[in-house]
Amino acid sequence: MALALQQLINGLTLGAVYGLIAIGYTMVYGIIGMINFAHGDIYMVSAFIAVTAFTLLAGFGISSIPLALLLVLLVAVLFTSVYGWTVERVAYRPLRGSTRLAPLISAIGMSIFLQNMVQLTQGARVKPIAPVLVGGIDLLTVDGFTVRIAYTQILIVVVTIALMAAFTWLIGSTSFGRQQRSCEQDRTMTALLGINVDRTISLTFMLGAALAAVAGVMVTVYYGVVDFFIGFVAGIKAFTAAVLGGIGSLPGAMLGGLLIGLIEAFWAAYLSAEYKDVATFSILILVLMFRPSGLLGRPEVEKV
Amino acid sequence: MNTLVIAHHPASPAERLRDAAATALIALLLGIPMIGLTTVDQGGMLRVATRWPTLFAFVAICFAGRLLLRYGLDLLRARRLARDQAAAASVGRVVGSSAILTGIGWLALAVALLLPIAFADNRYVVDTATTVLIYVMLGWGLNVVVGLAGLLDLGYVAFYAVGAYTYGLLSTQLGWGFWQALPVAGAMAATFGILLGWPTLRLRGDYLAIVTLGFGEIIRVILVNWTEMSGGPNGITSIPRPSFFGLPFKPPGDAPTFAAFFGLDYSPNQRLIFLYYLILGLALLTNLFVSRMRRLPVGRAWEAMREDEIACKAMGINARNVKLSAFAIGAMLGGFAGVFFAARQGFISPESFTFNESAIILAIVVLGGMGSQLGVVLASLVLVLLPELGRDFAEYRMLLFGAAMILIMIWKPGGILAHREPTLRHLPQGGER
Repeated sequence: MALALQQLINGLTLGAVYGLIAIGYTMVYGIIGMINFAHGDIYMVSAFIAVTAFTLLAGFGISSIPLALLLVLLVAVLFTSVYGWTVERVAYRPLRGSTRLAPLISAIGMSIFLQNMVQLTQGARVKPIAPVLVGGIDLLTVDGFTVRIAYTQILIVVVTIALMAAFTWLIGSTSFGRQQRSCEQDRTMTALLGINVDRTISLTFMLGAALAAVAGVMVTVYYGVVDFFIGFVAGIKAFTAAVLGGIGSLPGAMLGGLLIGLIEAFWAAYLSAEYKDVATFSILILVLMFRPSGLLGRPEVEKV
Repeated sequence: MNTLVIAHHPASPAERLRDAAATALIALLLGIPMIGLTTVDQGGMLRVATRWPTLFAFVAICFAGRLLLRYGLDLLRARRLARDQAAAASVGRVVGSSAILTGIGWLALAVALLLPIAFADNRYVVDTATTVLIYVMLGWGLNVVVGLAGLLDLGYVAFYAVGAYTYGLLSTQLGWGFWQALPVAGAMAATFGILLGWPTLRLRGDYLAIVTLGFGEIIRVILVNWTEMSGGPNGITSIPRPSFFGLPFKPPGDAPTFAAFFGLDYSPNQRLIFLYYLILGLALLTNLFVSRMRRLPVGRAWEAMREDEIACKAMGINARNVKLSAFAIGAMLGGFAGVFFAARQGFISPESFTFNESAIILAIVVLGGMGSQLGVVLASLVLVLLPELGRDFAEYRMLLFGAAMILIMIWKPGGILAHREPTLRHLPQGGER
């Protein structure tokens, strides 16, 4: 029981991170209908930016944790969204309106490029940072097993909930949100109504990258180590989450992320840690067999 | 559909400079966290190191590069405009193109046949050519699934792995030979293809992509962790090499060897050349098989399914069987390539079957121009030789590979040989959506 509670906490934390990355996938898919394969690597880039920023701040002698966190988040979000913008501008915009597979290949190329760029400029070794936020709250002790919720876990969940609320408001009730949803429905019509479609798509990529940046900073704080390969694994997990929840649906991405996080945590604790990825993908296949457009996705109606 | 006509006036120097300056600003923002700053390990603690000169050089290159690129593109556009106007009167010179392609195909075949004779002493060339041919065969196999049937498969490497491990296990555990194991491994891979195809029949497009990606990962994770079966991360070692009708390629000994039987001097290159012709033969068989399949009803159904699934169902085509057959045949061909891979390397481990490999094979199919057999050959040449040529700057190799994938795609979005036309077409210029 105590173990289950602990895994629930761990799973929710992991799921929140997956959910944040998954939103980037789902938004990009919604607006231009492509899998942004480089999104996981954007998240990896932000984790590296976070490592540099934390080290710099420690060098300047800034010891207030909230201030340091806030600064690092700001810096990471700023630089990572520039990366998001550039990826779209360089690799995807020239291919808009071509075959469906062309941007996918270009995205895979971008993912390889980013991974190797980071490996070259930042080094291939694992980077550990000094713990930023230590300690936690002991919830209860059963038979010598203490259920503990770390401060970092609280931080991740709180930040994720705050971002989700902000995001729901942004997409649901601002003029940018309306433009974004309008582009999702019909790009040509949107352009005819005088909305700058290119700018809306660019902003979507920047927003997705910003959320991935937050996830990257959180993961750096949570695990304390980063390396240039974390983007791939996190990327396919988050994409699985987006598909599981129904691609194109924002609450779906969050739900999918939480589910994947929980499945992983419980499977690793009770069955086997080695096969947790097999479990994730098998459950994805099972869900898609019965609900081919994901849990919250609207079934595609094809008119002939 | 989304065509926007913009009147281009020649850009003024000030506009060009402003544009390049904007690029330089972006480059600066991109460069600061990655090039300008880095962290180095110093006695267990990280320390920030700066590389401002490199960053400055990067920004300067981006500025100059953008200036030149824009200038070059404008020149190109002006020239193309002039040429289009000139060519507007005389329509259509496309007629001879398919004959030329056939000619190139035969030429490529002749080169492939003569290559080991010309380079008999050069291990490196024959070895690299063998690698190219493995990718050609994998590309032709995946072409069935992606190019003909239009099913996006991101986990093709799983079937390659199934073929390789089937041969590895059969030969090391049961002592089977290459030719005995080949059909069994092919059947095994086809079974896995159906296993993957079955639950994904209702899925479309990108849902299918992620499921196939997941399937590839499942197979890899099982290979890494099921140590009793697959040897885990260490893989399977000392897999026997194929022999020439029972004559092994070995230094002269008690048993008859290839060199002794034909009265030749033994040379280790003989096996390499044999392996080369073996994969060439397998690849050509694959090509023949696939191009024959395309003309059978099932092949026509694949292409029809790619173009419009609903129309196919309305015409009474059994969508389930058509999709499953595409998966099974694509997987079988991948399995054959896997058997050859295991026999050639003599050693297999899960390392060889990562997602990157799937991505490269898919890139070969798409870069080549989906459904084009010759395009696959060209694309595998480019994608295998590019990293080989880049060995001199080894660490930049994969960086350049990624960049090349993006650039080729932008340059030719439809692939190097863009011909995604159905073999049969009712209307001369079909109603493309």
